[in-house]
Amino acid sequence: TAICQSITQLMMWYANNAKYFPPPSTAKDQFQEELVIKPLHSGDIYASFQFRTQWDTDFLLGSKVSHYRLFPKSLGQVISKFSVRELHISFTQGYWRTMQWGQPFLPSPPGAELWVWFQDTVTDVDLAWKELTNVLSGIFCASLNFIDSTNTVQPSASFKPLGVGNVTDQRFLRYAVLPREIVCTENLTPWKKLLPCGSKAGLAVLMKSEKLFHSSFHSQALHIRPVCKDWQCKSTSWELRQTLNVVFDLHTSGQGKREWSLFKMFSRTLTEACPLASSSKVYVDITDNPQLFELSPATPLVSQAVVLGDGRTYSVYDLTDHATFGQTHSLNVLLRWRAAEREMLRPLLHGERYVAGYGLQTGEIHTLVYNNHPYRAFPVLLLDTVPWYLRLYIHTLTVTSKGRDNKPSYIHYQPSKDRLQPHLLEMLIQLPPNSVTEVTVQFERALLKWTEYTPDPNHGFYVGSSVISALVPSVVAMDTNNTQERPLFSSFFPCKEESTYFMRIYTEPLLVNLPTPDFSMPYNVICLTCTVVAVGYGSLYNLLTRTFQVEEPSQGLAKRLANIIRRLRGVPLLT
Amino acid sequence: MVWAERHRGRLAALAIAAVVIAVGVPLWWKTTETYRAWLPVAQINELAQLQLQLSVEVEVVFSKGTLTAEHQKKIPPSNTRQEEHVVDETTRLRYRYETRYRTATIMEEDALNQSTAAEADISLHMLSESPSGSVVIYVVPESSTVLPEGVSVYVGQRRTALLRAGGQMRVAVALKEVLASLETWIKQVLQVMSFSHGDITAALSDRVRPGDRSREGLADSMRAFKSSPGYEITFSLLNPDPTSHLLHWDVEAAISSYIQPLLSKMAPVANFSIDSQILYYAVLGVNPRYDPTLNAYTLNADSLSHVINPVEARLGSSAASSNPVLNFLLYVPDSRHSPLHITDHRRHTVPSNAFSSPRWGGIMVYNVNASGTELPVDVHIDMRRVMGVFLPQLRLMLGVQSAAPPPGFLIGPCGNAGLADWELDRLMWTRSVENVATATTTITSLAQLLDQIGNIVINDNIAEQVSSAVASLQLAVGQLEVGNLGLAMQYSKEAILQSERAFFDPSLLHLLYFPDDQKFAIYIPLFLPMCVPILLSLLKMASEVRQRPGQGQAKKD
Repeated sequence: TAICQSITQLMMWYANNAKYFPPPSTAKDQFQEELVIKPLHSGDIYASFQFRTQWDTDFLLGSKVSHYRLFPKSLGQVISKFSVRELHISFTQGYWRTMQWGQPFLPSPPGAELWVWFQDTVTDVDLAWKELTNVLSGIFCASLNFIDSTNTVQPSASFKPLGVGNVTDQRFLRYAVLPREIVCTENLTPWKKLLPCGSKAGLAVLMKSEKLFHSSFHSQALHIRPVCKDWQCKSTSWELRQTLNVVFDLHTSGQGKREWSLFKMFSRTLTEACPLASSSKVYVDITDNPQLFELSPATPLVSQAVVLGDGRTYSVYDLTDHATFGQTHSLNVLLRWRAAEREMLRPLLHGERYVAGYGLQTGEIHTLVYNNHPYRAFPVLLLDTVPWYLRLYIHTLTVTSKGRDNKPSYIHYQPSKDRLQPHLLEMLIQLPPNSVTEVTVQFERALLKWTEYTPDPNHGFYVGSSVISALVPSVVAMDTNNTQERPLFSSFFPCKEESTYFMRIYTEPLLVNLPTPDFSMPYNVICLTCTVVAVGYGSLYNLLTRTFQVEEPSQGLAKRLANIIRRLRGVPLLT
Repeated sequence: MVWAERHRGRLAALAIAAVVIAVGVPLWWKTTETYRAWLPVAQINELAQLQLQLSVEVEVVFSKGTLTAEHQKKIPPSNTRQEEHVVDETTRLRYRYETRYRTATIMEEDALNQSTAAEADISLHMLSESPSGSVVIYVVPESSTVLPEGVSVYVGQRRTALLRAGGQMRVAVALKEVLASLETWIKQVLQVMSFSHGDITAALSDRVRPGDRSREGLADSMRAFKSSPGYEITFSLLNPDPTSHLLHWDVEAAISSYIQPLLSKMAPVANFSIDSQILYYAVLGVNPRYDPTLNAYTLNADSLSHVINPVEARLGSSAASSNPVLNFLLYVPDSRHSPLHITDHRRHTVPSNAFSSPRWGGIMVYNVNASGTELPVDVHIDMRRVMGVFLPQLRLMLGVQSAAPPPGFLIGPCGNAGLADWELDRLMWTRSVENVATATTTITSLAQLLDQIGNIVINDNIAEQVSSAVASLQLAVGQLEVGNLGLAMQYSKEAILQSERAFFDPSLLHLLYFPDDQKFAIYIPLFLPMCVPILLSLLKMASEVRQRPGQGQAKKD
């Protein structure tokens, strides 16, 4: 029954998302921007941009929305044409190292991830999904058009709507990951263009692609969802959140010096807020100050926030205030490390994944989920999508924690269909305190048709990350009062209970080698078969058409010799 | 014995050759064949030789005092005039004007006795509704006061025109002469109200090379967008400096009161969707020059061609449809470059302060005097002024031609929709001819392509689309022939949609392309060893057969 409770708890959390209230506003649309800088324990710097455009309109009911002010027109057209209820897309280069860096504000898997909830009025969801991916790949210059039925799934529990609304029928959900997608400048430029100020003013001036992509981790995302207009939640408005997360590596580009500034990170400084933004703020995490680093210029504004189950303290620079920029008319936040790096508290939840086995026929996928909480158990939802060409032997699925069998309380498995749909495995697992839970499943590698191989087949085939969603016990009491205004970075995943917070982590994607043929083989086979057939046919033809004649029995060699001698001698020949 | 054995061998070789030819070749043919559904090639070829006939129904109504009683009795009920034009070797045009004559009814007489032409026009329209494509001409006596002094023809809002009877009409004795003198006027009226040969050949530009057409006419025809079943109209407000100007435009109300009536009137021609956006920090591609004499910044007509490109990158393409986009940009210059004026080639400022780019849209510069002390200054844009510039540009882009009327003509006000009925008819004539021309070229070039490249798989759905496009085309041509303009427009739109869908069908791209050298590289290891013995034995047999008669004769000798 404890397990049942935990399921209902997790489900309840999803259901209660509807009670998320953004701050009240007077304008029909408003724009907020925010940058959080967090010095990481490893010595790296984590910079997280968030831009939020909120618009009190309804794309789907009543008259057609066609007059745009702050909201980008191209996305508005997409929402109204495809009847999208929620759209979440992320492009990530690099892998977020939870063990070194802790938790990101918004997690994302390596490559491209897209999940969309359609309105329940959509009749042909698959067709809408197909067209939508094509349109989005045009908007973001990405290869989202490679999303088809072989990598699309409909998760039953892991991806519930994050906005208001009560449709939770998974028929209207589509989820796909392209782990191979490489993210670069051509994806950033259209993303920047969606901001009302573009990259001309405000925080977005810092986004210079040569700096942003010279980093250990780069992730840009876009989330569209309906949210409550005010705390009464009588009507909804649309929220567009654009986030960009970067981790800069101190050691490779810092030339040994342990100091950082906005200028060093982005090769720009801030001079003004976006004039259209109702709020424009820079937060610097100073929870570890003053032992770890020194921050200048000093700012009197300090804000406390509970983020990811931890109370943090932030220095705040308000860009809408002219005093922030001082006499130089520019803001260049500078951090100087004082102490050597310290050990970080291990994150409470952590996941790993790898492929075991040898040879090209079979293998085993191992997924390790760590619960580092010293005394509390909590449930996690594990979602695995495996392409059809790795044939999972689902009977070999084992889940063990602390050397004992740990039976999942809920399993949703959808077997694959060759060339049509991938495997989908969703499990609800209870993690005992301070434990490692290992999920293993064996698979067999399928032989592909020769046209199905990628251009570089010996590189291997990617299998997207596993998704682990959980309600993690919080160290401090979470802020459940949703009516007050909070910084954007702490308000994306709404919070219902004081004791737990929602967290989603992604494991590494897998790279699996498949048996790869010699691609000149078809021609060799054709030539060989043709030759064999031709030889067989030739002998048969000869046999059938050759004329057989009775030949005169020839004289023996001795007789012939004797006759030659006889002729020479003039004696009558032998017959 | 030997002979029998030889005979058996020969028979075996023949049998194998027969099997190879009878079974092997068809089998090989069948298995390597690409699927090609049946296409209506004969009908497509028929359409390639386009013979278009446009029929216009003209009604000439004589009011009291324009015909003598004698003439009234003799007047023929109808008269048909035909004009034939050969545009080029594949395209022929025939215009057929069916003129019906009658005398005015009493109510029409009352209407014609109104004091002004506009009032007469409205009351005449109340009496009867004429179908789209037709023209009604009321002949009023020379002394009539309905028409202003010096005006011989008044073209109304609907499909009616008032024509002043010529002076010679009274003295002319023969009815023939009366009608003949009327005919020259009617011809001119029809050229204004329905179509002229120039318009139609311009509409046929997809099929016909513009040989001897004047540069001016070509530029005119290239200004309007090509005919398409739908258009996206985007109004963008460019605010290059949001720190100093806070712009407010009530575009929604302006569109519904100025643009929407025109578009709803044009609904039979195409579907329209309208949207608007505000773009911040969007700048023009050219730095305006300061002109001390005007105390203003100026953009010269020569530099306007460089203005659009940088802006276009920000406009964003339409994600939701593939219809052509008409862009209308309202540019509010920042305070450092203000006021900004557009000057023409002779360095005079353009009064509307706007310009249009052919087949793209229009740009208007809207100067504000930001005298406020506190930035940003709230600016409310006068949408009446803006729409007054954009509406004529929109009419131009959509192909509503406002050619100068011939002397003696007075064009009535076009009503609150911004478009008179006859203007719509005129547009529909050219658009349906253009659609027919485009659809026929698409279909014929598709058929030609499929004919030339034999490896393209033609699926059943392509064949179906081609057949339905051909059917719609034939219907459209037929409707034009009987003068049913509305239906012709509709069918021609369907034809263009279906033909484009067939032409751009992705399944046609799955070309089964095998280069010949590779084909032979695969066939030779099998076919060469198999065919050489068969051929050799066949040759041997043939030579034997040829030799045998000779042998026989030699034996006889």
